[in-house]
Amino acid sequence: MKDKRFKIAHREAIIGIALVLFNFIWWFGFAYGMGGVDPTEYRYIFGMPEWFFYSCVLGFIVVVILVFIVVNYIFKEVPFEDDEDGGEQR
Amino acid sequence: MNWLVILPLLLFLFVIFFVGFWANKYVLKTDSFIHEYFLGGRQLGGFVLAMTMIATYGSASSFIGGPGVAYTKGLGWVLLSMAQLATGYFVLMVLGKKFAIMARKYNAVTITDFLKERYQSKTVVILSALSIIVFLFSSMAAQWVGGARLIESLTGISYTSSLFIFAFSVLVYVIVGGFRAVALTETVQGVVMFLGTAVLLIGTIIAGGGVDKIMADLVTENPNLVSPFGAEQDLTPLYVSSFWILVGIGVVGLPQITVRAMSYKDSKSMHRAIIIGTIVIGFIMLGMHLIGVFARAVIPGIEIGDKVMPTLTLTVLPPLLAGFVLAAPMAAIMSTVDSLLILVSSAITKDIYLNYIKPNASEKQVKKVSFWVTSIIGIAVILFSLSPPDLIIWLNLFSFGGLESVFIWPIVFGLYWSKGNKYGAITSMIIGMGSYIVFDRLFPNPLGVHTVVLPVLLSLISFVLISILTKNKVQKA
Repeated sequence: MKDKRFKIAHREAIIGIALVLFNFIWWFGFAYGMGGVDPTEYRYIFGMPEWFFYSCVLGFIVVVILVFIVVNYIFKEVPFEDDEDGGEQR
Repeated sequence: MNWLVILPLLLFLFVIFFVGFWANKYVLKTDSFIHEYFLGGRQLGGFVLAMTMIATYGSASSFIGGPGVAYTKGLGWVLLSMAQLATGYFVLMVLGKKFAIMARKYNAVTITDFLKERYQSKTVVILSALSIIVFLFSSMAAQWVGGARLIESLTGISYTSSLFIFAFSVLVYVIVGGFRAVALTETVQGVVMFLGTAVLLIGTIIAGGGVDKIMADLVTENPNLVSPFGAEQDLTPLYVSSFWILVGIGVVGLPQITVRAMSYKDSKSMHRAIIIGTIVIGFIMLGMHLIGVFARAVIPGIEIGDKVMPTLTLTVLPPLLAGFVLAAPMAAIMSTVDSLLILVSSAITKDIYLNYIKPNASEKQVKKVSFWVTSIIGIAVILFSLSPPDLIIWLNLFSFGGLESVFIWPIVFGLYWSKGNKYGAITSMIIGMGSYIVFDRLFPNPLGVHTVVLPVLLSLISFVLISILTKNKVQKA
């Protein structure tokens, strides 16, 4: 595969997989790590059980920030049409 | 009948119609009808792309069924629904630029076009088109039923009349405006879904006396409602995690979503769509399911899950605002149905008619066939929906998981694994669909995971294995 655009595309796809793995681990870790105790003993943040706040609310915010950083600083713009300056053609 | 509630709904329909007819201008003046009608001329910008993906994905189950289940199961179901956050970035990142480039190289208008060029196999084309038509047709019927029931419960109009009102409004703008009308109306619908969630969430928290008070009420009723394991402690971590396949990464294999990943204009649109999409889908899913849980403290004792969201809205919000919020599930349903309609129509027109019935049809003929096919499918779904099947959410998940098992590997390996060949694709499509049906009927939750997990794994294994075994056969050909 000689097209330079594909190298960028492949790297970005791998970043997508890495991000989803991170997202899953964060979500799972806080939910079952903190939520595994007796529900009457939960501590609360902003009125929500701690596990829920960290896993679902903070987790959402963290993922959005990561997505923002990744897309703005790591993702590259490439042309999609073949006739534009899109690296070597196959 | 409360006119103050109905007024915003009517206004919403009016805006949708206006947008649909505006899109018709593009259909009339385009020089490539098929690209315009089924793909919006590959011109979607970032905001529209994000909204059309979310609106297509967010359906009756996100606004009606899901919150209803959250109402009975508690925060554990909100946790489960947050697996959907991944769809906001994963589909566009993984299919990404490679898919956009290849789709243009192949001049693909549908997913089937892409598979056809990639695998050069008639069997793949037929399998792909047929599974889109069969599975998405039933999915469409489920959504249609949901939409009609919603109108019925809000206005008191009979189910049959509601069905006709709902179906007619969707049919009109899809038929005249094609994909661009679908994408643009979905942008409006997506915004309504987002704002509706925000308004209802705030209204519910106020009505419940604040988050602290609501949580305390829930703990008093049953402490397990605030645990990740569900009210009956039946949500195991494994089961909940398996939804990451169904509603997270598996969404890559949903044709109605995937086709959007080849409809955008440039890299910049895609980048913006990833950010906006993640924020909006996360907010809607978190918000709507949390609303379902909160509703238990505000309006206790509701027996039918699907009634939770409408009843709550009418209870906690003033009529005019309630009408606006209730436009959100309506928008969610319309925006799913319209995407499915245009997709099924493209499968018949582009994948079957243009491939096998009349390959050299003139532009005028294609136009005529497209309009007719879209109309006939739309009407057929109405007839099917007249005797409605129960439990929207599960019907919806059925057509969901089956299609994911069919398409995920042929698309992903089609893009990233040059050794993947047509034999692998065909086997994995048949095994994906076949095993999904078998598991769904016989062992719905094998090993404690959702039905979708094993079929997706089986289709993965068969794709890789068969592609390697038939390596020589393809090289000789």
